[in-house]
Amino acid sequence: MNTESRLEKILASGELAVTSECGPPRGARPEKVKEKSALLKDHVDGINVTDNQTAMVRMSSFAAAVIIKQMGLDPIMQMVARDRNRLAMQSDIIGAYAFGINTMLCLSGDHAKFGDHPMAQGVFDIDSVQMINMVRRMRDEETFQGGAKIDGAPKMFIGAAANPFADPFELRVMRLAKKIKAGVDFIQTQCIFNLDKFEEWMKGVTDRGLDEKVHILAGITPMKSVGMARYMKNKVPGMDIPDSVIKRLEGVSKEQQPEEGIKMAVESIERIKEIKGVHGFHIMAIEWEEKVPQIVEQAGLYPRPKV
Amino acid sequence: MITAEQKPIQEIIQYIAPYGRILLVGCNECVTVCAAGGRKEVGLLASALHLNSLKQGKTIDIKEITLERQCDPEYVEELAPYIDGADAVVSMACGCGVQSVAARYKTSPVFPAVNTRFMGASLGQGVWAERCKGCGDCVLGITGGICPVARCSKHLLNGPCGGTSNGQCEIGPETDCAWRLIWERLKELGMEDRYEDLMNAKDWRPGGAAGPGKIIREDLAQ
Repeated sequence: MNTESRLEKILASGELAVTSECGPPRGARPEKVKEKSALLKDHVDGINVTDNQTAMVRMSSFAAAVIIKQMGLDPIMQMVARDRNRLAMQSDIIGAYAFGINTMLCLSGDHAKFGDHPMAQGVFDIDSVQMINMVRRMRDEETFQGGAKIDGAPKMFIGAAANPFADPFELRVMRLAKKIKAGVDFIQTQCIFNLDKFEEWMKGVTDRGLDEKVHILAGITPMKSVGMARYMKNKVPGMDIPDSVIKRLEGVSKEQQPEEGIKMAVESIERIKEIKGVHGFHIMAIEWEEKVPQIVEQAGLYPRPKV
Repeated sequence: MITAEQKPIQEIIQYIAPYGRILLVGCNECVTVCAAGGRKEVGLLASALHLNSLKQGKTIDIKEITLERQCDPEYVEELAPYIDGADAVVSMACGCGVQSVAARYKTSPVFPAVNTRFMGASLGQGVWAERCKGCGDCVLGITGGICPVARCSKHLLNGPCGGTSNGQCEIGPETDCAWRLIWERLKELGMEDRYEDLMNAKDWRPGGAAGPGKIIREDLAQ
């Protein structure tokens, strides 16, 4: 065990882990963070706090993670390479750890073009693989990226994302291998709708024995409506939504679509549970956090183990 | 080459509004090749400025001259006979040329007529694309001759982000994913294994992080 992370303990116990996420508000409204987190608290082992997701300015993931931590819950602080150079990253990591935040996720970040400040200069001083390596060295070697010793090293359980669906597909297992080489502990995947392709990717992962070296949490997103499915298919970069998903949602009335979406999410979890190398689920219910408990319960992942 | 595009004509007109005698200076190097500020563009801009003056009921005196290389003091010196006869200089060179003229002729206002864009290559008639960021520590030898610093929208050094779709960058279908190109090229070269080598965090100092760059060749400098 490298850290005090609850997620690490769950994964080490061999149980399937469950994480979810909370997008911080677009303003100084701590109560919004508390409301969203309260909806999740008994049903997950960690709550991802997004970092200016889709390049829209929001309350910082650090601040929102502190609020969640102070509720006695377990935030997973996301950090994107887009908005910070290595100095800012490291100071925030130390700061977060000083508040007891012990789990984080290292990401490249969506391009600023997608957000409400498309004129901004992206930082990208280091990339997500280099960020993983930096956080691991801060933890294991107690040194800053620049080489100096840290007095009070942050012991982070280190996560990263993987998108099994983006091009080039044949590179996606190698990209995971690279993140493992850099020192990642766990992976949360992009939302899985194309289960066949995910199985194919996981086969590539297990064939190389990579599942022995990293914990993979499968990304699950319930569709609220067929409109959302179409939007994700056409507008969200790197998303793979098969036509069968859209057809199935089209096949029920508008009022029934949310329930159908949840049913599909639960069915996905049931199928993915059978895939070798999957160690848990990351449920991203976008602006629909209140449905996470229902999904967790229906998927047989409740109650959460005590560690 | 260094690429550039002409500024909106209204911006140039505003710069020179207070002045009657203009020295309009092109450059025979990069901006000629990218059709932004060579002899031809100098002539076209001069005509446009004359026309605008006529419309305003004013007259303007424009001396046109295109230097061999506006970023080189030797050629910038060729403006000396004309500089006193002008109230202002309008440069159609890249930012390097504009500054070379401004540094030499301290009492003449110098205005840029082009926006300098990037270091790029020609892809065909009338099309130029960015190819180099001048990072000062070239990685092309390990990325199959395709630059992730200049051509990945996030300057990623260890592979493609999750936003690639249909082989294109998440910023739009008109931009190739640099890492897709690198991967295809590594495969063609039989160098796929190289992909899994970790590329360390870049030292950005040679590319500008250490302050404005300067090269001094002791064997050549006087």
